[in-house]
Amino acid sequence: MNTELLGILATFLLTLVIAVPLGKYLAKVFAGERVWTDFLKPIESAIYKLSGINPKEEMNWKQHMKALLTINLVWLVYGFFVLIYQDKLPLNPDGNPGMTPDLSFNTIISFVVNCDLQHYSGESGVTYLTQHVVMMFLMFVSCATGIAAAVVFFKAFRDKTSVKLGNFWEFFVRSITRLLLPLSLIMALVLAFNGTPTSYEPKDQFISLQGDTVNVSRGPAAGMIAIKHLGTNGGGWFGANSAHPLENPNYITNTVVLIAQMIIPIAMVVAFGIFVRRRKLGWIIFGVMTIGMFLLLIPTVNSELGGNAALAKMGISQSTGAMEGKEVRFGPAISAYWSTVTTIISTGSVNSMHDSTMPLTGAWQLLGMMVNSFYGGCGVGILNYFIYLIIAVFISGLMVGRTPEFLGHKVEAREVKIAALITLLSPFLILAGTAVASFIFTSHGDAAWAVQPKNWLNNPGFHGFSEMLYEVTSANANNGSGFEGLGDNNVLWNVLTGFVLLIGRFLPIIGPVAIAGLLGAKKFIPESAGTLKPDTLTFGLMTFAVIVVLNALSYFPALALGPLAEYFTMLK
Amino acid sequence: MVLLCVIYPLLVAFAGKFSKGEGGGEKITKNGKVVGYALIGQSFSKPEYFWGRPSAVDYNAAGSAGSNKGPSNPDYLQVVSDRIDTLLKYNPGIRKSDIPADMVTASGSGLDPNISQEGAIIQIKRIAAYRKLDEKKVAQLVVNQTQGPLFGLFGPSSINVLKLNLALDELK
Repeated sequence: MNTELLGILATFLLTLVIAVPLGKYLAKVFAGERVWTDFLKPIESAIYKLSGINPKEEMNWKQHMKALLTINLVWLVYGFFVLIYQDKLPLNPDGNPGMTPDLSFNTIISFVVNCDLQHYSGESGVTYLTQHVVMMFLMFVSCATGIAAAVVFFKAFRDKTSVKLGNFWEFFVRSITRLLLPLSLIMALVLAFNGTPTSYEPKDQFISLQGDTVNVSRGPAAGMIAIKHLGTNGGGWFGANSAHPLENPNYITNTVVLIAQMIIPIAMVVAFGIFVRRRKLGWIIFGVMTIGMFLLLIPTVNSELGGNAALAKMGISQSTGAMEGKEVRFGPAISAYWSTVTTIISTGSVNSMHDSTMPLTGAWQLLGMMVNSFYGGCGVGILNYFIYLIIAVFISGLMVGRTPEFLGHKVEAREVKIAALITLLSPFLILAGTAVASFIFTSHGDAAWAVQPKNWLNNPGFHGFSEMLYEVTSANANNGSGFEGLGDNNVLWNVLTGFVLLIGRFLPIIGPVAIAGLLGAKKFIPESAGTLKPDTLTFGLMTFAVIVVLNALSYFPALALGPLAEYFTMLK
Repeated sequence: MVLLCVIYPLLVAFAGKFSKGEGGGEKITKNGKVVGYALIGQSFSKPEYFWGRPSAVDYNAAGSAGSNKGPSNPDYLQVVSDRIDTLLKYNPGIRKSDIPADMVTASGSGLDPNISQEGAIIQIKRIAAYRKLDEKKVAQLVVNQTQGPLFGLFGPSSINVLKLNLALDELK
């Protein structure tokens, strides 16, 4: 087997070796059982005391969501103003300017919702201070928000009937102190010792070997890059994200960050099974997600290793695969693996430019973000999956003619309505958003914006349509990667994706937590012979079928217009 | 917030002081002068040096970007075709099928410090002719400078262009 494919295999296996024990550990942490990191308790108590929180106060699901939304609103307002006035604040050695209000609006939402769509470039658009107190800070807390929401959902199914679901702040603080901070510290050190900068020195200048004067952007990046991956955030310190040689210096760091971005989403699934005392259910969910991932991964790697047919026609050897937008130190195979991982898991960091990947690869990337629950983002992945699960429970219930139930709680009209609405939300946002953008592109090309609509595409034809589709899909999935050729720093894109981000983040958190809260409060019905068991292979297949059918129905036409059309044109 | 925004980054910055380049990025010096960063590619356009990959930002490391050109974009295909012609012109004796994809495509960051071994091999004749060196010696240098897969098992091989050219300057 060649070394590039071996690299993929090793990375995935290592991921599992770390993620599974981590899941067991997390289940214990959130159940309040004794774990070896209990020595951190004094720090947590200090945090509770300082912020006047009583971690013993139990909340129901509505109080949880109220706490979550309130603190997110505070971060939004705080970050918005810091970004606008960053030029007047300290720690700005390169003299970068403040953001325009619409760019700041988009950026702050994007980081609060764990998306990290970036309409600026790290080297010139932000300061060292904002990279720390806005970007990096939000990377920690937005991820912890997702995890805390997922734990609330876990709690609802742990005991037979439960209205009180623990304390939001306790889950939130523990996600940071027991999980994110220690792991980030380890990763930051690995990055630093492989060449990622950590110091606060400004831009450097040197004269190159053949005599050119070159400026080099730097900055204390290692710490941010660690949490960027662990928290499935994805916002880069540098414009080129993890393709940048200082952000991702070599194959070792590449492997480490690839593992880092997957472990928490996988661990959350494992933790769910243990936490609700249904280990088998956890493994079935894990199985469905893994199969889904490989169904996207294998054709992606295949398509990238195959190279660009148009270049092959010119007589250029494509034996090394497609190289446009890729780095030699990674090669096309692991870059393809990365592009799958980053789209299914909502990280959105990139180590190659997705805009330049092959047409079919683009289709798989889009599909990964549309499904958004093959592992999915930190905490929110399993919440998205839960929606599919409820739909599957409902449909199976109809098929066998019984009242559908999940883990001993009856699923009734109200819960199914919420699930159906959340399912319809994504296609609505993605397709309507793309339609609005396409309409403005064709009919109002001359609007006097920072980037004129007629100039915002970097590529003509079908690929141009894909650029717009990708941008909205990425915003809805809270992913953050992009077909970066798109000129997206103008009023329309900033505001449009800003709203898509907000809705695409909070409704899919509130929906599942609400369903879980409602179900958890219902009377527990003991299992009988007629009960639909969710932890069987058959039900796993059923859920998988629901995911496939729902997504195919929603998105096939859009995919056909963009990447698929480009693929078939290139075959000619 | 203090924990996340002040203590954590300072801890990392402190530890970074002990890494190569003391946290500012590893620099490479020649005769006591900094000639570049080990990880950041630089532009080589003179015929007596090995060339790196095409760059969408001309190796200006104050920014970073790929071309973001789609695979079927006609303008892009024209650019690639021009790059092929340039390579064929400056490197007599090579055929189109010898040229690896990385030498005619722009990297993701625009700062890729590496090329593939094939990318160096097609330039050996030109370099040897300009520097009046033995071709075999240059070929040997290319082999020596090639970094194999990680632990010989994982990932592709590559050559750091800056280090290769520094070694080339030493070659008599």
